[in-house]
Parts: sequence; structure tokens; C-alpha cells
Amino acid sequence: MIRGALLAGLLVLATGARAPGQDLGSFEKRVTVKTLANGLTLVVCERSEVPVFSFFTHVDVGADREVPGITGLAHMFEHMAFKGTDSIGTTDYAAEKAALENVERTYAAFEAERRRRVGRDEKKAAEAEAAWKGALAEANKYVVSNAFGEIVEREGGVGLNAFTSSDETGYFYSLPSNRLELWAYLESERFLKPVMREFYKERDVVHEERRLRTDSQPVGRLLEQFLATAFTAHPYGQPVVGWPSDLLSFSATDALEFYRRYYVPANMVVTIVGDVRASEAVPLVERYFGRLPAVPKPEPLRTIEPAQRAERQVILRETAQPYYIEGYHRPDSRDPDDAVYDVIGDLMSSGRTSRLYRSLVRDKKIAAGASGFSGLPGDKYPHLFAFFAVSTPGHTPDQLRDAIRAEVERIKSEDVTDEELRMVKTRVKANLIRRLGNNGGLAFQLGTNQARYGDWRELFRSVERIEKVSKADIRRIAEKTFVAENRTVGILESTRLAGAPGPGGK
Amino acid sequence: MATPRPVVAALLLLATPWAAFGQPVPTDWKQIAKPPLRAFQPVSPRRIALGNGMVIFLQEDRELPLVQATLRIRGGSREEDAVKVGLVSVYGQAWRTGGTRKRTGDELDDYLEARAAHVETGGGLDSTTVSLNCLKENFADAFDVFLELLREPEFRPDKIELAQRQLHTGIARRNDNPQGILFRESAKLGYGAASPYARHPEYATIDAVTREDLLAWHRRYVHPGNMILGLVGDFDSKTMETTLRKAFASWPRGPAAAKVPEAGTPATAPGYYFIAKDDVNQSSIRMVHLGTTVDNPDYYAITVMNEVFGGSFAARLFTNVRSKKGLAYAVSGSVGTAHDHPGLFSVFTSTKSGTTAAAIDALYEEIDNLKKVPPTSEELQRARESLLNSFIFRVDSRAKVLFEKMTYEFYGYPLDFLERYPAAIEKVTAADVARAAQKYVDKGKLAVLVVGKAADFDRPLSSFGPVTTIDVTIPPP
Repeated sequence: MIRGALLAGLLVLATGARAPGQDLGSFEKRVTVKTLANGLTLVVCERSEVPVFSFFTHVDVGADREVPGITGLAHMFEHMAFKGTDSIGTTDYAAEKAALENVERTYAAFEAERRRRVGRDEKKAAEAEAAWKGALAEANKYVVSNAFGEIVEREGGVGLNAFTSSDETGYFYSLPSNRLELWAYLESERFLKPVMREFYKERDVVHEERRLRTDSQPVGRLLEQFLATAFTAHPYGQPVVGWPSDLLSFSATDALEFYRRYYVPANMVVTIVGDVRASEAVPLVERYFGRLPAVPKPEPLRTIEPAQRAERQVILRETAQPYYIEGYHRPDSRDPDDAVYDVIGDLMSSGRTSRLYRSLVRDKKIAAGASGFSGLPGDKYPHLFAFFAVSTPGHTPDQLRDAIRAEVERIKSEDVTDEELRMVKTRVKANLIRRLGNNGGLAFQLGTNQARYGDWRELFRSVERIEKVSKADIRRIAEKTFVAENRTVGILESTRLAGAPGPGGK
Repeated sequence: MATPRPVVAALLLLATPWAAFGQPVPTDWKQIAKPPLRAFQPVSPRRIALGNGMVIFLQEDRELPLVQATLRIRGGSREEDAVKVGLVSVYGQAWRTGGTRKRTGDELDDYLEARAAHVETGGGLDSTTVSLNCLKENFADAFDVFLELLREPEFRPDKIELAQRQLHTGIARRNDNPQGILFRESAKLGYGAASPYARHPEYATIDAVTREDLLAWHRRYVHPGNMILGLVGDFDSKTMETTLRKAFASWPRGPAAAKVPEAGTPATAPGYYFIAKDDVNQSSIRMVHLGTTVDNPDYYAITVMNEVFGGSFAARLFTNVRSKKGLAYAVSGSVGTAHDHPGLFSVFTSTKSGTTAAAIDALYEEIDNLKKVPPTSEELQRARESLLNSFIFRVDSRAKVLFEKMTYEFYGYPLDFLERYPAAIEKVTAADVARAAQKYVDKGKLAVLVVGKAADFDRPLSSFGPVTTIDVTIPPP
């Protein structure tokens, strides 16, 4: 999602009567920010029509902090954050704790034998595996499966879920507003006392998620190969879900170590939106989340993707129908020119007036859809601005490539029209308003902006920056970015290209 | 634990039980105080019935300077001629992109996008729609387009071709995604391949659609007597009513839409079905038979049963197949209900090729247990509380309330159908759920479809029974 579309400064909108919920001034009155002594940031936005609230817990760690051997671990921990605590999900925690420690000991022994490169003793490995499985069975005796989710659901929680991206991990759901204290308890406990119960079964579940989204989907296979090609040094080249070998190997001990390092209060922004009063929510969150021990924020990631020196290409030859993607490295979302990229993305992709639609879909009739966008695979670090297209029957990736390149060259060599630029700016403003009308969406946007920029107001300010983007800016950025040596191409070429039936519209 | 009733919640004002900072937190979540929920009455839209049969709902919502409108018109793909399946999809696209007598679709695109406004058309199973979404300052301009589309659509041939090409793309790609194959083909097993609820377009049926067909469809269905219009947003409903009466009141009622076609008895025998897909490492599995309708008196017992069986984190399928056995990421199951035709009883999962048979066993175990092991009082209590406590989220925006009412109006349900829901759920007993399981779940009637790579299965599918292989080769144009 491009940030620019989420954001927009409504101050500029020239209408007479102001509805209550649309501008920065109105949000200034309703939003409270509080940083706790341990470094955790709380954002509360009061929106009181209906007695419900939504929250979004943003943790500033995603797959970006993974290294070979533990790819997929951030996402794995996200799954484990639904497994309960020392008091939720267990029949006897003291006994369970001892049993889980034994699981880790026996697993380490099994892994050491299984991965031994020279002189592996198969009998010893089998025995070690049996010991581990025995330990698992013992630990499972104390498990009350899904007790955490059950409490949330029986108390009226909806939308209980979470996501992990290359940049961050987010947790969210909504509850009736009289459950605010219960929420504060549950949400703080899950990050204060997580328990790695059912870890290895959940690892199998995550592996199934990988098969579902990546291995068994043509687009999933293409994107994984494409990103691994586009990034040579930065973790953006690693799949968020993890490589299969790592999903078969990493341990609950690894997950806890990752958690201890990155799930620190200074890395967390908790945002609540709905029928809550800041005067009540702030002390409550202080009381519950204040228990998380203060730990210094981890040092920023060292690795920066080096400048690309040569064009790269990856081709998948499959029975599936074709796709085409090409990506160009661009700076991170805090770059002063971020708004220019947002404008280019919108101009290229948004709706039936967009350049790619009009060229590839309407006029050349070679694509069913085409778009250009930032944020692949994340935007916290320098990432890709990508063009993606889906062919119509009988048309090839080469045709998609040529048509995309023609539009890219056009944006470099000709000014966009005044009408187009005005249209983009109008749309960005209107789209922000469209996104302010629900608690969950607001919590996500305020929280993400607070975490990424240190100020939720960035949600509104970014529109002012889009308003300032000029035709010259667009050409300058296009000329700088869209060059061959900065490009990676991903192609899914079909070995069974569908025929090109003639439409029968008479 | 008491069962709170959110919407009819106690009238006490929010007490302030929050203890001062520094006080120790409870060690058990059950100790946490739960003040009564503030009283809340959802705002209902105003219903206006015009003399020509058109029904309008107006829902003011002044929070943001936006107006949204949805017009739902009776008649959809289930009424299509079998040799022109896809007609309503072509219609739904070309209606808007094909423009009006006065303006081409491209001109409408420019006109609307300059205002960041959207007016879109679409075709569905039982209805077609025209929707509008704009800043309130642009309502008059957007509403002009809305009316032009209703009164003088042009269906220009180039956009009909474009819509056909888009649908061709969907056909060409429909076997690339295993879930797409699974849901498409299992619907045909559940409803019968020719059923209007399961059939799908082919190149030939798309190519058979002509401009005259689209115009004829429009003449046949687009009349006030078939229309329900809902608006929500920043407007004064008196003024809006005047605008809408001026626009619609003089339009003659027109002929009534055709009757709902029968869902039909399944033409396909229960049993095992297989579709080969070699570029996957995971099997997609779905078991189906016919379900029932929302207006069935057993709907509430079924809803509670679904919650226990497959509808949540704590549900049996999720807990046993996913969390305890680690067989799947995606697993779900329910007795499906639709408003005016039966849904499907459906159990779905996907699992690595090497645990395909193990996953079928696990699903069977849960289906058997649904009948053999009625919900415990704990399961029942949890399901009821979850449904009742979360009920407020069915009405937590004025737009949602509007769309609920429009749905009941469309299907001829009582407009207070949703208001009756909490009391009806509360009355459901363990015996009701057990009875619903006996009546609406029948393992012997299931068609079991597996999409995957047979060579890698843990046990051949034929170890369960005779297997029919389905050929999904796409008929060439």
C-alpha cells in the first residue's frame, strides 16, 4: 500500500461546513500520545459514537532482523503470541515449564545429530527424535489449546488477527468498550509472559502457510524468486514466511531469544481508537504495559542494499499463465522525495484514467490489469518501486514489458499534464477522508505513522507534501530511478500459453 | 460468568473501576471488573416507499463529508440463459465503461476522477448494482452520472469487447490457483453442474453475449419496482428525499423481475473426486452437500453449531486439525445458509501432499464428532457468549445498519430481522444444536474433492472409496 494514498491533508479541502471527523484540528483535540517510563508509546484517539474500540499494537521488528538459519522467525513468533501465557492456556504451568525445557533440550540433541554433516549416526538420530517426541507428548498434557483466542472471542472480540511483514509485526482486534481493562491485561500479558507451547505443531502450521501462499501459487513463486534476485545484501531478499530449511529447523529457544531482543517496550506503539477516554486509558495502559521491563531499543540494522551495478532477470517457466514484474531500487519512506514516488504510483495505477490502464488494458488490450507502486517488499528501508502486469490470453511477458517501458520512458521524457497532476492530488485528499471512518483502520494508520515517523500527524502532513510535488519533480525522480542498471525483471513464462480468442461482441 | 446483552445493555453510566497506577494487576483475567456496557441504540435509516415500487433508505452520517449510495436491482447471473453464462458479468462491466448516450465511458472516467468520485456498476448472482461514492460537494455531479447510467446506457461495442477480454483472462487463468479450482468445482458437486449457483462462463458463452442482449437485460430489469436504493453520509435527509423523489417518482413501475430459480437437487452422487494439479506441494480438500436458508427456524441453532464446529479460534476444527495436529494453516467448516436459496455444508482445508489422507481422516473425525459428541455446556456457553457479545459489531457503523436493512428488504425478510437475533441466539440449547447436527450434516451425502499431486499422497484417495477423476481442461474458444 502506498502511504500517500492513506494520507492526505484535509486542511486544503475547500468546503464550507466542516464535519467533525475529518481534519488535523479535529484529531488534535481527540488524540493523546503518552510515552511510558519503559519506552512504550501509547496513542489514544477518542471516537465515541458506538461503545466499541479497536487497537493496533505495532512492534518495530519484522523479517528485517532475520539472518540465515532463522528466516521466518518473526512471523513464527507472531503465531506464538496467540498461544497464551503462564496463566492462560495451561492446566499446571510449573509442570508445563519443566516439560517445555525438556522439549528444548531433547530437540537440541536431535537437531545436532540430524544436521551433523560428517559421521551422522542414524540410530542415534532416531533415538534423539523419539526422545524429543516423548518430551513433546509430556508437555502437551498441560496445554489448553487456543485459550487466549477463546477468551477474546467469548468476550465479544472480533477481527482477532496479526500480520508480519518485512518491516514490522502488527496485532489487532476489536472489543466492546467495557472490556478495556480486560484488553489491557491480555495484550500486555501476551508480550510479558509468552509461552512457547505447541511450538513445533505451530511450525508445521506455518509451513502449511508457506505451501499455501508461496509454493502452490504461481505469483507466490515468482515474487519469492524476484525479491531474492533484487536484493543481494539486505534482508528484503528473504521471504517473510521463511525458507523451508529454516522452518524445519529453528527452535522455541530461537523464538524466545528473538522475542527478548526485539519485543522491548521501546520498540512498541500501542494505539487505541474508539469509545474510550484518554483519561482512563492512559493510567490503565501504564499500569498493565508498564510492567514490561525497560530494555534499550535494539541498534538499527547495519546492512544497506548496495547500489545495483547491472540489470538482473529471473525467468520461471511454468504451465501457469504469464505475469510480468520489474522493480527499481528507491530510497526509504522517510526520503524527502517519498511524495514524488507516491504521485508517480498514483498516476500510473489509480483507476481507469491511469496511464498503465489506458495503455496496456484499454488501448493495447494486452493486460487484464497493470500497476506501478512503491513498498515492495516494505518501505522502512530502501526498497523497490515495481511495475506489475497480468496478461490477457495469448499475450506474452515481452509485450507487457515493452508497453510498461514505453510508459516509463514517457514519464521521463514528457511532463505530465496539469489535469493529471491535479487529479492525483484531489484523489489523495479524498482517499484520506475515506479512510478515517473506522476504528480499526484509524488505529492502524495513526499507529504506523507514530511508529515510523515518531508522530501520528504525519498521516495528515504527507498530503501537504504531495500538494507540493511538481511536474519537474516527477521527471527528475523518474530519470534518476527508472534506469536499466537499477532494474530487476521477473517473468513467469507460460509453457501452455492460452490462445487468443476473438471477443465475440457484435 | 453472566451473559451480557450488548445492545440492550444496562443503562448505568460507565462506572470508573480503574484502579490507580501502581496497584498490582490481577493474576487471573476472571478477576477483572467488567462494567456494564453503555446503552446503545443503533440509528436506523429512514425507509421511503415510492408509488412506483422503488424503496429508498436514507441514513444520515455527518462524521465525514462523504456520500455513498448503493442501488440494488433485482435480476442477476442466476437468471442468465445457460448458453450465455457470463452475460451479467459483461453487463456489469460494460454498463459503466460503455458510457451513456451523452458521454463515453472514458469521458465519465475523466469527469469523475477529476472529482475523486466513483460511480460504478456491477453484476452479481441475484442482482446488479450501481454505486456512488464522493465528497459531498460533488454529489450533484456524481448523481447526474448515476442517473444517466440508469436511463440511457449506451454499451459501446469497444467496451463490451474489453469486458469479454477480461472474462477470457479469468477463464484462461482459472486453473492456475488450486483454491480457485477447488471452490469452483466443489460448488458444481454440491449444487449440480448446471445449477445457476454453480455454473461458470466458458469462452463460448462469453462470446455469445451481444450488445442487444445487454440492452434487452436493461429493458427487462431496470425499473423502479425492482430497485432498492440506500444512501449514507453527510446530507440532510429531507433535502435528499426531495432530490430523489424528483429523480425517480415519475418513472413507471415496470414489469416485475423473474422468480428465483430452484437451487435444484444435486445432480452429482456423493463420493470421492480428484483433480490433478502437479505444480503444488499441498492438497486442497473440500467436502460439500446442500445446506439451508437463513429463514429456516433452525438458523440460530445452526449458527451456534457453526461457531462450535468451525467458526472461530476455539472451534473444534481449528483447535484439532490446526493447533493439535498441525495439519493445516487454513481449515474451516460450516452449514452454509443463504437468504433465498440453500447454502452448502462445507468443510475445507489444505495440507501438504504427504498428509492428504491424514487430513481427510481428521475432517471425518470432526464431522463424526459433531453428531456423536454434542457440544459440552462449556462449548455452548462460549459460542453463545461470543455471538452475543460481538453482536454490536454487526451494527457498529451507520453504513452497516443501512446495508443490513437493504438486505432484508431485498429478500423480503422482516426489517427487524437483526434485532431479533440476540434473543433467538440466547434461546438455543444443547439439544437444539445436537438436533441441528443430526438434521443438516450427513457424511453419507458428502462429495469429497481433492485437488493435488496424487503421486505424493500418504495413501491413495481410492483407499476411501471409488474415485471419479474430473477433467478441468478448459474448452478452447
